[in-house]
Amino acid sequence: MERFITQDNLQRFAAGLAEKKNVLAPVASGGTTTFRRLRPGMQLDFSRMAVISPKDATFPRNETLLTVQHYPEESGKRMELQEHLPEGEMVVIGCRPCGTRGKLVFDPVYETQAIKDPYYIRRRDGATFITLACARPETTCFCHSVGSGPADEEGSDILLTAVEGGFVAKAVTEKGEQLLGDSLFEDAGAKAEEAAASNASARKLMGEAHDFSSAAEKLLKRFDDMDFWQTQSDKCISCGACTYMCPTCYCFNITDDEAGLVSRRLRTWDNCMSHTFTLEGSGHNPRSTKAHRLKNRMGHKFSYYPDLHGGQIACCGCGRCIKQCPAGVDIRQVVMAAQEYPDER
Amino acid sequence: MNANPYLPDMATVVEVIEETPNIKSFRLVLNDEEKMRSFSFKPGQVGQLSVFGAGESTFVINSSPTRMEYLQFSVMRVGEVTTRLHQLKAGDQVGVRAPLGKPFPVEDMQGKNILFIGGGIGMAPLRTLFTYMLDTRDDYQDITLLYGARSPVDLTYQAELPDWLAREDVKTVLCVDNEYPGWEHKVGLIPNILLEMNPSPEKTVAITCGPPIMIKFTLQALKKLNFADEQIITTLEKRMKCGVGICGRCNIGTQYVCLDGPVFTYAQLKELPSEL
Ligand SMILES: Cc1cc2nc3c(=O)[nH]c(=O)nc-3n(C[C@H](O)[C@H](O)[C@H](O)COP(=O)(O)OP(=O)(O)OC[C@H]3O[C@@H](n4cnc5c(N)ncnc54)[C@H](O)[C@@H]3O)c2cc1C
Ligand code: SF4
Ligand code: SF4
Ligand code: FES
Repeated sequence: MERFITQDNLQRFAAGLAEKKNVLAPVASGGTTTFRRLRPGMQLDFSRMAVISPKDATFPRNETLLTVQHYPEESGKRMELQEHLPEGEMVVIGCRPCGTRGKLVFDPVYETQAIKDPYYIRRRDGATFITLACARPETTCFCHSVGSGPADEEGSDILLTAVEGGFVAKAVTEKGEQLLGDSLFEDAGAKAEEAAASNASARKLMGEAHDFSSAAEKLLKRFDDMDFWQTQSDKCISCGACTYMCPTCYCFNITDDEAGLVSRRLRTWDNCMSHTFTLEGSGHNPRSTKAHRLKNRMGHKFSYYPDLHGGQIACCGCGRCIKQCPAGVDIRQVVMAAQEYPDER
Repeated sequence: MNANPYLPDMATVVEVIEETPNIKSFRLVLNDEEKMRSFSFKPGQVGQLSVFGAGESTFVINSSPTRMEYLQFSVMRVGEVTTRLHQLKAGDQVGVRAPLGKPFPVEDMQGKNILFIGGGIGMAPLRTLFTYMLDTRDDYQDITLLYGARSPVDLTYQAELPDWLAREDVKTVLCVDNEYPGWEHKVGLIPNILLEMNPSPEKTVAITCGPPIMIKFTLQALKKLNFADEQIITTLEKRMKCGVGICGRCNIGTQYVCLDGPVFTYAQLKELPSEL
C-alpha cells in the first residue's frame, strides 16, 4: 500500500504520535542533526543523515538491567533483586535505511535458540521504523556494497520517499499499513511513480559497489601480518568514535552503580578500540596495540560475523565511522587493502 | 540459567577460606532450595559472581559435581569486584549466574593417564576436575598433579594438599620458584620441573592452566616431551562480561570463549587466529 503525505502533515503526524508514544526523530541541534525524543514544538530535520544512528531505540547507550534494594545489616533483611525489563513502544521516524538495518545485525546474536536477550527483544518488538529513503547519497555511503541500497525496506515498517510537496509512504509491514490508515495520508496517485523514479535515480548516483566478496577469507589470511595492520591503524587515536556512532556495533559492558541502599546493574555501549576492552586480570592483553584492535573490528564485521551468520556483513554501509573519525580512517579502504594485498610477500 | 540470562540467582556465602595472601575461596549455597538441589554442572564450567553495587566477574566453579553441598569459587584479588568479594563473610548475599561455558571433555579422558599442571590461581579450574577424578578414580589410569606457585604461601588449597600428597592413587608434586626455609618439595619453574619429571605422552592427557607466561613455556615443555596437540587441554581466562555470547568481548576470531570455551585443546587453539 502506498499513500501520500504532505511535508506539514508528516510533521503533524509525528507530533500526534509523540503524544501517545515515544518518538525518536532527527532534529537540528547545535549545527548538526541528531536523534532526539520528539517533544512538542520540535521540527523534524530530514536535510541530512543524523550524526549518531537511531540505535538507541533498540539498544540504548545505557540501560538498567536489574535493581537491588539493600537493607542495613541490623534490619536482618536480605537484599531484594528486581528485573528491570523495558516497557512501552517507540516509533523512529526519519532514520535512513542503513540505520534501520542496524538491528538486523543484532538479531542473530541477541536471539538464538539457546539465549534470548529480553531487553533487546522487547525493545525491538515494541519499535516501529518509519524510514526515509535517501535521495542523494553522500560520498561516505556504501550501503550498496553490503547488500543494501538507498531505498532498502528491510527492517522498516514504512518507507518514505521524498517527492514534490511531501512524501510517498509505502507500508512494508502490517504495523506500517495500520499507521497509513491515518486521515493525514492521502491517495498517492501518480506520486508513487515519481517515488519509484527517485529511488532508482538515487541508486544510480551511488555508482559502482565495492566488491567485498573475498574480505572474509583475506582478513583471516592477513591476521598475522602485523605490518599491514600497523600501517592501516597508524592514524588511529583509539578514540572509539567509530564504534559509538555505528548502528551495527553491538558490544556492551556491564557495570554496577550504587546510591544509598539501591544499586543498579547497567549495560552500556562498549568500544573494542579501547585498550581496556580485553585487558585481563593478569595484566596480559591479547589486543595490546591499536593495530590488534582495528584488526578485530574489521575481522568481526567482515569475516567472523559473516562466517557465523550466513555471509551477512556486520556493517550497513552508513559511513558514520568514516565521517566521524578524527584521524581519517576509512573502513572501505582498510577492507579493500586487505583484499588487494599481494598474497606472497 | 534463568529465562533472562542476565538475572542472577541469589546465594548465601556459607564459608570463606583464606587460601593465600590474595586468594580466598567462597562456598555458596543458592537460596532457592529447589534450584540448589537440581543445580547441575560439569568440571570446567564457570559462573558469574555478583557483589551488587560493585559488579560481576567470572570464576570457575572449582568444587566437584560429585560434592554438591556447596559451590566453591576461588577468587584472586586484582580489582574492584574481587576486592569487594574479599570483604564478604559467612551469611552475606551474592548473585550467581551459572553454569556457563563448555566443560572439560571428561568422557574422552576415561581410561587414560591424566597429567595436571597448574600454576598459581590456575589451580582453581584444575581442582574441580582433579577432585572429580578422585571421586571417580577407577575411570582413569595414573593421575599426576604438578602444582606450582611463586612461594609456599601462594599455594592455594593448603587444607587439601596433605591429603593429596599422602594418597597413593595419585602422584602429587609441588614446586615453588625459589628456596624457602622449611620447604621440602621441588624448587624451580613449572616447565623445568615438568621436563625433570619426564612424563610419558603414552595414552596421556595433559591439562594445564596458569598465567599466560607459564602456559607458554609449559606448552613448549610438553612439545619437547612429545605430547601431541590433541593431548593438551587448557582453559582460557579471556576477559568476559555477559558469559552468554552476546557482549562481544571474549572472541578469538569466530570462537567465543564464553560459549565455545573456556576449555580448548591445544589443537583447537592452533586452528584459531593467533590472539591469545
Ligand atoms: C573463564 C574465566 C575463568 C576465570 N576463573 C577465575 C578464577 O577461578 N579465579 C580468579 O581469581 N579469577 C578467575 N578469572 C579472572 C577473573 O574473572 C578476573 O580477575 C576478575 O573479573 C577481575 O575483576 P575485578 O572487578 O576485580 O577487576 P577490575 O577492577 O575490573 O580490573 C582489574 C584487572 O582485571 C581485569 N579484568 C576485569 N574483568 C575481567 C574479566 N572478566 N576477566 C579477566 N580479566 C578481567 C582488568 O582488565 C584489570 O586488568 C577467570 C576469568 C575467566 C574469563
Ligand atoms: S562500520 Fe561504519 S559504515 Fe559500517 S555500519 Fe558501522 S558506522 Fe556505518
Ligand atoms: S574513530 Fe578513527 S581514530 Fe577513533 S578509534 Fe575509530 S578508527 Fe581510531
Ligand atoms: S562474555 Fe560476552 S560474548 Fe563472551
